[in-house]
Amino acid sequence: MEPLIIAGREFYSRLFTGTGKFSSPEVMESALLASGSELVTVALKRVEMDNKADDMLRHLSHSRMHLLPNTSGVRTAKEAVYAAQLAREALETNWIKLEIHPDPRYLMPDPVETLLAAEELVKLGFVVLPYVHADPVLCKRLEDVGTAAVMPLGAPIGSNKGLKTFDFLEIIIAQSNIPVIVDAGIGSPSHAAQAMEMGASAVLVNTAIAVARNPVQMAAAFKAGVEAGRMAYEAGLPVSSQHAVASSPLIAFLDEA
Amino acid sequence: MFKSIFDQYEWNEVKAGIYAKTARDVEQALHNQRRSLEDFAALISPAAAPYLAEMAAMSQALTRQRFGNTMQLYIPMYLSNECQNICTYCGFSLDNKIRRKTLSPAEMLLETAAIKEMGFEHVLLVTGEANQLVSTDYFKKTLQLLRPHFANISMEVQPMDEQDYRELAELGLHAVLVYQETYHQDDYKKHHPKGRKSNFDYRLETPDRLGRAGIHKMGLGVLIGLEDWRTDSFFTALHLAYLEKKYWQTKYSISFPRLRPFSGGLTPKVVMNDRELVQLICAYRLFNQEVELSISTREEEKFRNNIVHLGITAMSAASKTNPGGYVVDQQSLEQFEISDDRSAAAIADMLKKQGFEPVWKDWDPAFSGEIKKVVG
Repeated sequence: MEPLIIAGREFYSRLFTGTGKFSSPEVMESALLASGSELVTVALKRVEMDNKADDMLRHLSHSRMHLLPNTSGVRTAKEAVYAAQLAREALETNWIKLEIHPDPRYLMPDPVETLLAAEELVKLGFVVLPYVHADPVLCKRLEDVGTAAVMPLGAPIGSNKGLKTFDFLEIIIAQSNIPVIVDAGIGSPSHAAQAMEMGASAVLVNTAIAVARNPVQMAAAFKAGVEAGRMAYEAGLPVSSQHAVASSPLIAFLDEA
Repeated sequence: MFKSIFDQYEWNEVKAGIYAKTARDVEQALHNQRRSLEDFAALISPAAAPYLAEMAAMSQALTRQRFGNTMQLYIPMYLSNECQNICTYCGFSLDNKIRRKTLSPAEMLLETAAIKEMGFEHVLLVTGEANQLVSTDYFKKTLQLLRPHFANISMEVQPMDEQDYRELAELGLHAVLVYQETYHQDDYKKHHPKGRKSNFDYRLETPDRLGRAGIHKMGLGVLIGLEDWRTDSFFTALHLAYLEKKYWQTKYSISFPRLRPFSGGLTPKVVMNDRELVQLICAYRLFNQEVELSISTREEEKFRNNIVHLGITAMSAASKTNPGGYVVDQQSLEQFEISDDRSAAAIADMLKKQGFEPVWKDWDPAFSGEIKKVVG
């Protein structure tokens, strides 16, 4: 399979993962290793930034596992820019998953603040991966200001509902010149495979792995699902059809003498 | 304002409605994907009692999906037991002849050191209501002093004006807990005969003021034991539903304090048993998947060990309910007797054994307001 390249970095796994909701740091570490994930997002608010021996970070210290700090908890562009700067300092990476969801109930991303923050962060030299609604125009606007990828949602965060935004994701993928990572809502390996078959560059999965009865096994299942979907996409899926194609009476006149 | 909605409901009618719910209403409520206030009423009604096992299983699944296998830990820090209110159920009541104590800044730092030593990053500051001595100004200074030491600071103090809340939020105050105690107006007056707290409407509209001030989180609840808990809980849910739609950028949490004995105190009018408290917690979760549900050390060890699976998302541990209780003045009078006196480490250990990650830090001062984090 082709590697995915974001901001010059090659990824051989197209399964990105999160670190929330696990029953222990040990279970999290085992599951993330089983997933083969090379990009792992961490909520800045959960990290003790002054503490080099932070329990979570300690369990994420693997050579192939890159950290992607996220700004979850901020409500405005201003707060997000400040949080990103703290993350850069504390975690020594200029990659940032930009999350601005001022609504704590459904965690819906704020498009206005996200665009403002993205523009500012790009100027400050960040590799910006913004979490957004599956809004094709917003995704183009983010590409225009220089984000390294876009991360449209499949369904509300943590809902496990799958690709409820399917039709809009198709447009986003068709139009995008930067990687499209489907984030949020992916509840099963088949959802992940579906996103990959569509041509998504990668998916991000957290809840479905973290709250599974066996997170390690579920992580392996997602790894397989993502790989199957990507391989199918690269192989070229046959077009599906509801009915057999017969010679059409509509054009029969062309064959008439 | 919530008052205009509250006034459309009549206590006795609400109560009669809850007690009239049938098994069929409960089954319909369990079946619904999105549950209404009427469904909540069915789930807290006596008719739902036979369905408790089913409610518990659903509550557990909904909670796990939203909050994962984690439990937020916090600890109260009592700053003062001065109070100008008379509240029939509270140890700090003006007419209760106790030695009064208000922590000085130096004492707060001593308490803070002891709390941090236990591992806590989320602290809840608690006081009585003494508007001269423990004023908005006192709270401002306290926040400035404590903010560098904690990831997350909440307050449970007297209700304030919108502007006060706005200023405190800017200084890093994350959440405010303000319990209505009871939504029964006449009973409210009986239990709060004197002091500023006797103003029912001012307290009722406090969450509106908090919402307008843009506070990150607010906590609601009633004191269980004062009045019929089912009716009071219906009003709490009504309040929550109103607030969530109006102040959509605020997070909400619910607590279920059961009246605890204190020296010279009131015997509860209504006693809620453990089975009923489980029913209430599960009903809240089925009504609202996202709301935080919090349990304090008022509850006993065995109950707390089991309730962590059924919808609760935050718990206090190792609490002292007297100002200076951790190191400064361990003998000062407590607000109420706690029931679970295990250490923070013991609670964390219990959680781990049950498959939960204890969460000590889930916020950062950098996210609250403009003040930069003080390093070192």
